[in-house]
Amino acid sequence: MTEIICITCPRGCRLLAGASNGGVTVTGNRCPRGEAYGRSELLHPVRTVTSTAAIQGASISRLPVKTDRPIPKEQIFACMALIHTLRVQAPIAAGSILYENILGSGANLVAARTVEKAALPLQ
Amino acid sequence: MRYDVIIIGGGPAGLSAACAAWEAGCRSICVVERDRHLGGILNQCIHNGFGLHYFKEELTGPEYAERFIHMLRQTQADVRLDAMVLQATPEREVHLISPARGYEVLQGKAVILAMGCRERTRGALSIPGTRPAGVFTAGAAQRYLNLEGQMVGRRVVILGSGDIGLIMARRMTLEGAKVLACMEAMPHPGGLTRNIVQCLHDFHIPLYLSHTIVEIRGRTRVEQVTAAAVDQDRSPIPGTEMVFDCDTVLLSVGLIPENELSLQAGIEIDPRTNGPVVYENMETSIPGIFACGNVLHVHDLVDFVTAEAAQAGAEAAAYTASTETAAPLAVHAGHLVRYTVPQRLRAGRLKDGAVLSFRVSALCGKCRIQVHGSTGSLLASFPRERLAPGEMERIRLPKSILSGEGESITVSVEEDAAI
Repeated sequence: MTEIICITCPRGCRLLAGASNGGVTVTGNRCPRGEAYGRSELLHPVRTVTSTAAIQGASISRLPVKTDRPIPKEQIFACMALIHTLRVQAPIAAGSILYENILGSGANLVAARTVEKAALPLQ
Repeated sequence: MRYDVIIIGGGPAGLSAACAAWEAGCRSICVVERDRHLGGILNQCIHNGFGLHYFKEELTGPEYAERFIHMLRQTQADVRLDAMVLQATPEREVHLISPARGYEVLQGKAVILAMGCRERTRGALSIPGTRPAGVFTAGAAQRYLNLEGQMVGRRVVILGSGDIGLIMARRMTLEGAKVLACMEAMPHPGGLTRNIVQCLHDFHIPLYLSHTIVEIRGRTRVEQVTAAAVDQDRSPIPGTEMVFDCDTVLLSVGLIPENELSLQAGIEIDPRTNGPVVYENMETSIPGIFACGNVLHVHDLVDFVTAEAAQAGAEAAAYTASTETAAPLAVHAGHLVRYTVPQRLRAGRLKDGAVLSFRVSALCGKCRIQVHGSTGSLLASFPRERLAPGEMERIRLPKSILSGEGESITVSVEEDAAI
């Protein structure tokens, strides 16, 4: 059994996850999301990536971005490298897809803030 | 200009208070914000994990802010951006200055203080050593990186394990910095367990509990820090020193409610929270002036700020001077409880009950939160699996147990005996 601290919510439950006859058993969770997290963490850990991308034509210089679902942990730094190549133009609405199916993970990179086109942009 | 409700601060507390005041029927509201954007600190908190309680989904800080900014836009509340409040008087005059309108005095029937908090700085810690560049509070580094796109350093040591420090350990690592270690003087982490896991463990960043930085060295820029283990009195233990070659020190050593305006107005401050003493309706010692969010006491979750501010907003909208003659019930912090908010209850003004927020002073295992009356009788008991100083706790007391309880009630925590 592997001890896993659940990061799904601030409660931080201590889970015990282990493989047993073909399946995975999770104990110590206090909600269904904990069980799903324990299973995923044991089999293939995933994380949501949040960062910022360069934005032009706005009154701010960085656009907050995130993956719209968690991606495999080992793809985090490759995802960051991809975010560094982005140049977004204002205006942009929160939720707009900036990059589809990042690294084949099935997750999209989306804008996490609505940014208007500025009359007097920064650059 | 006259308003029914003036809100000082357009962060999560101010936004929620404004929306709730509108919801409660108030049609004359002004939100004053010193930045050029609403949202406050949420704009730089680009990580996710916000809104699990309130929206039942996981949002980033800017997304959480945007939901409330959108709600506020549906109202006809006035918003003054880029406007700095210089003074709020006991007569509820709000003096502000802005490039757009110059100097203005607004008169409120009610005023809500929602100014948030500030970080403790190096000066508050007295770390020995030279005074090179490269020492930042974690929140300042977060602002530089997330709003301005500037990295503040490449090799980083973090002092303190507050949530912002942990979040920045991950953020700096993702942007290519090497975070060498996180030092915490207390024997337990300051931040949420989930942040220890997803910000430190995920990136193999060591956390040294009961350790502190004893010297910062460098001529123009930080070059080296020395850390050491500390004893129970938090004094460094000779012979335990470790040296780190680094160019940056981030401080995540606590937040202080920002109460310059409150002090100037003569509002009574609780020395334990560093925020105003408030009654059951979030009203301060000055009638008609309310407080909510981190200016009142430092919260761990924005969802609780939203809930508290919504109460303040609704109460301010309904504000009429109290005609209550009975002395208020004092809420005392008992065994293992550091403080409570509110600190005073006027039983006659309670609607269905009171929510008490507090923090414990030490890590507790399986325990019971107990509320005793002034005669020592047990009024309520709430079992808990675990309580940590880094996490705010809330209990709801029904009105029925509070009526006729004399002068005071005491909230304490009793640990269950180990089985």
